[in-house]
Amino acid sequence: MGTQKKGASRGSEDPVELARVPLQAILLADSFTTKFRPITLERPKVLLPLVNVPMINYTLAWLESAGVEEVFVFCCAHSIQVIDYLESSEWFSQPNFTVTTIESHNSVSAGDALRLIYERNVINGDFVLISGDTVSNMSLTQVLQEHKERRKKDSNAVMTVVIKRSKPSQITHQSRLGTDELFMAIDPNTKQLLYYEDKADHAKGYIYLDKLLLADNPSITLHNDKQDCYIDICSPEVLSLFTDNFDYQHLRRHFLKGLLVDDIMGYKIFTHEIHSSYAARIDNFRSYDTISKDIIQRWTYPLVPDVKFFGNSSIKLERQGMYRASEIGQSRSAQIGPFTVIGSGTKIGNTTKISNSVIGEGCSIGSNVSIEGSYIWDNVTIEDGCKLRHAIVCDGVIVKSGAVLEPGVVLSFKVVVGRQFIVPPYSKVSLLQQPTKQDSDEELEYADNSIGIAEISSITHTVDKLNGEITNQPFETQCWPTSELGTGGAGYVWSICEGGHDEEWRHSVAPIPADKLSEAIHAADDDLELTQDGRSLPPSGELKPDSNDSEYDDDGESRDDSIYFEKEVEATFLRAVHENITVDHVILEVNSLRLSYNKVAADCAGGLFYSLMKLALETPHDSASELVQAITNVLAKWKKLLKYYLAEIDEEIEVILKLEEICESTKEFAPVFDKILYQLYDLEVIQEEAILRWDDEKKDADESDKFFVKQAEKFIQWLREASEEEEEEEEEDEE
Amino acid sequence: MDFQVVVLAGGTSKNLVPLVSKEVPKALLPVGNRPVISYVLELLELSNLKDLIVVVEGQDAAVRVGSWISGAYVDRLHVEVAAVPEDVGTAGALRAIAHHLTAKDILVVSGDIVSDVPLGAVAAAHRRHDAVVTAMLCSAPVSGPSESGSSVGKDKAKKPGRYNIIGLDPTKQFLVYIATGAELEKDIRIQKSILRAVGQMEIRSDLMDAHLYAFKRSILHEVLDQNDTFQSLKQDVLPYLVRCQLSSEVLLNGAPQTEENGNEKASSQNNQLMLSQILANSSTPSFHELYALGPNGSTPVRRTHKCCVYIAGKSKYCVRLNSIQAFSDINRDVIGDASHLSGYSFSPQNNIIHPSAELGSKTTVGPHCMLGEGSQMGDKCSVKRSVIGRHCRIGSNVKVVNSVVMNHVTIGDGCSIQNSIICSNVQLQDRVVLKDCQVGAGFVVTAGSECKGEALAKKEK
Repeated sequence: MGTQKKGASRGSEDPVELARVPLQAILLADSFTTKFRPITLERPKVLLPLVNVPMINYTLAWLESAGVEEVFVFCCAHSIQVIDYLESSEWFSQPNFTVTTIESHNSVSAGDALRLIYERNVINGDFVLISGDTVSNMSLTQVLQEHKERRKKDSNAVMTVVIKRSKPSQITHQSRLGTDELFMAIDPNTKQLLYYEDKADHAKGYIYLDKLLLADNPSITLHNDKQDCYIDICSPEVLSLFTDNFDYQHLRRHFLKGLLVDDIMGYKIFTHEIHSSYAARIDNFRSYDTISKDIIQRWTYPLVPDVKFFGNSSIKLERQGMYRASEIGQSRSAQIGPFTVIGSGTKIGNTTKISNSVIGEGCSIGSNVSIEGSYIWDNVTIEDGCKLRHAIVCDGVIVKSGAVLEPGVVLSFKVVVGRQFIVPPYSKVSLLQQPTKQDSDEELEYADNSIGIAEISSITHTVDKLNGEITNQPFETQCWPTSELGTGGAGYVWSICEGGHDEEWRHSVAPIPADKLSEAIHAADDDLELTQDGRSLPPSGELKPDSNDSEYDDDGESRDDSIYFEKEVEATFLRAVHENITVDHVILEVNSLRLSYNKVAADCAGGLFYSLMKLALETPHDSASELVQAITNVLAKWKKLLKYYLAEIDEEIEVILKLEEICESTKEFAPVFDKILYQLYDLEVIQEEAILRWDDEKKDADESDKFFVKQAEKFIQWLREASEEEEEEEEEDEE
Repeated sequence: MDFQVVVLAGGTSKNLVPLVSKEVPKALLPVGNRPVISYVLELLELSNLKDLIVVVEGQDAAVRVGSWISGAYVDRLHVEVAAVPEDVGTAGALRAIAHHLTAKDILVVSGDIVSDVPLGAVAAAHRRHDAVVTAMLCSAPVSGPSESGSSVGKDKAKKPGRYNIIGLDPTKQFLVYIATGAELEKDIRIQKSILRAVGQMEIRSDLMDAHLYAFKRSILHEVLDQNDTFQSLKQDVLPYLVRCQLSSEVLLNGAPQTEENGNEKASSQNNQLMLSQILANSSTPSFHELYALGPNGSTPVRRTHKCCVYIAGKSKYCVRLNSIQAFSDINRDVIGDASHLSGYSFSPQNNIIHPSAELGSKTTVGPHCMLGEGSQMGDKCSVKRSVIGRHCRIGSNVKVVNSVVMNHVTIGDGCSIQNSIICSNVQLQDRVVLKDCQVGAGFVVTAGSECKGEALAKKEK
């Protein structure tokens, strides 16, 4: 069925036929990142309240209004919560709008999700790909039409990406949503996307565009003033592309860039810029803050608090952008400032000041409290005299009297802040302990995710247990380390992971502090100065320093390449050691690495030998002789693997050179060089011919290079003397 | 207008051998029967730019060019002719005449431009932006004109040549990137800092740097002084200025935007210090002064630059005479498509035949042709899309197609000339057949010879 329709949409020109395909959407209810931790350890991101409504409702409401008829909600982390929520909501009972959930427990990326959906074979036409944390009010009509028309002309136009104008700050190099600045190249006439660089490497001051880009297009526009809305119109091929390229994980970093680089298949990606409508994705705490404010200031109309769409209770807009639910208990002396939302059932005490904040339902806020720019979810208790600035406070938190939350604080569910306690800026507090290996670095996310998932599931278990405990028992009986959150406090303050502190202010709800800004301005000045150094650039059209630069870069790249290759080989080998993978399989893997890095057998031999030696070094040893023993053991075990790459004498020499290199860099090996060499010979890894040739080669070398040759002098001598016998033996062998 | 114009007239360009010679430097090559430099001079006169320095490479050439100009423009323009050594390059030429330059802004024009772009507009754009340099860009020619002969026809299949890669800001007024020469072969390399400043940059390969620049004199002097290895304006000075403009570009877009975040109001207190700094900076002069001083006030190396462009409209004509192909193209255009440039009035047959020219019986001169003063043609000749100079003697049964014939040429009976250039004082004896040839001045082609694609010239003594 699916394939038939696909054929139809591609082949037939009949517009009626095309129109009959219902518009489908894939909604990823998992961001596959950890930016919202610790909150997301307990609740999925799509269910976090955004101006008192779970985020997924904004996305679904928009999809429905935009004419999407069928939505597949892909749930992974906390899938049960998402499914439960959707079942209890009205989304399952809408006319002309079906919501289907797809559950997975082992997907670690958007790529995995799309591969799974491809297997289900439920998508049969163009579809909208969106994640469940997107807020938009754009109309899809035009972009869909553009997409379809392009498809008719060129079946390779597989994807249309929605972008919006938004100039990143020159000072911090990030957009107002807290995302990294984005560099794109677009063909101004066809709107084809030609280049995409997010996660910009600030160290690199240059963008390199392939000169061939201009061969096809007389002009290109380069953009630094656009923002990716993460709303994609895709053709069904996108799913199969993900399946074909099983290593694609990230939608942008892998898929989009993969297609842009790949010029064999010729798939094309186009952009559609929206001007007046709203579209943004909540990527981090800063965008949570920004988008909340946009909603309150009605940029997202009709998705605003006082218009009833799904999941929000009736709320009234008053002057100055104040939204108040009908039944709130507000003291007369309380001052509620502009652009504030207050949910129903919330009580506010005397002379309390609230401005630019969102307060959820059923909260009780004491007297003399000051709340500014904060997000307080449901059933939060804030006692008298507290001060909150730019904080996120999740459900059920208790802030005891006189406590202060400094800017950027995130309090996860049911945390208790002790009396008079001051929570330092940018702290993240949770009842759950910080996972030991928490990587906010997205690069590592995929690699470590298998562990991460296990962690999450174990954590969710403990969450449930904890929840039970906490509700049953009074807090006092729990023995929390009181120092962490003051007397009577409950929760762990997460340490900010390595290198993260620097970036913490970028993604926080708090506005960027002045000192960071001035720092950034200085950095920008330095940038300028760097380019000013370009003044001493030279003549004659050929930009000499530039070309030097690029040469240097090239060098760097090729060197990097071999380093990566060695690392990969090592990782492969170590895995083999730990997981008892057979030699044949290791050979297969190393071979595929060799092909993808374009290396020769000698490189593999060198890399493997290096990993062997490293392994031997790691086995505990007390003396040099024990080390040699360890090496002998390792060599004996993995001889077959190494031997596979030693078909030629040259490769054996490579191993000896590698050994030299290792001995030079590792002190422990240096004294036993000759012994290792002997072992290599003894185990028939290396033939005597290789050793003798290595010796010959070294004869003309520098004295400094001959250190190891001298060390092995005796052994070589012995080899030479015994060579006659050897030769005879060899002859016999040959016969 | 306080503009001084420098016309770089070149010398005896090697590209144009055998058309040029010691007697005829490049500036004096005839286009539509008048020296090519006259087109530039008249264009300048039209824009009321009358204070000129014509720079010629080589002493002899300078004397010849000078005498021609003083003869033709004696009371119309104030022209100084300066000679510079050969092969100093365009930047070198400016360096050599630096002491002559006194005006605030300098317009540098290549003497071999044939164009109808109002140069006054370029100068005005320069002034309006208070720019350091303004470059004129025109659409790159997409190979030769459409109705050209066979040799050009082959080129048509080729992709349009790439002359420059040019990056413009969204308003198309500022030049933010330029790659010329050898850089074209490399990947495009763009400074992120500039892109951040402009936000959006349009990169085009269909524009050509027309080799016409307006410079701020003080900056030009400084750049030429400090970088004595710079040889070419186009390949060294201009890219250099474009690369270094950044510091001003940031300012140009007004005060750096403050945190655009929604919580701007709330954060304003935090940022107040910052804001006041930024506001103080936005008053341009003070910032410039501050910036120019730099950390070590002694060397004013930091300067703010604005690099502007003037993009000529698509309908405008702008070609440089820098190759033999260009020479014949321009000659054809001047009497054909771009006939308004020649300054002659055309007959109803769309050609120009000087009243003193004599035509034999049954001789036809087609449209888009020009026949100079005092030339004579025999019977049954046919001339198509060609320019014939003064005092030529052309026998009977001669065909001239798509060619340029300069002055005092003698062509014998039964010759056929196609796609060729015949320089002055050449003698073609009877029944010579030339196709795609260039014949240097004073050369004698013997009777009955047939040549194709050759350059014929006398050996230099």
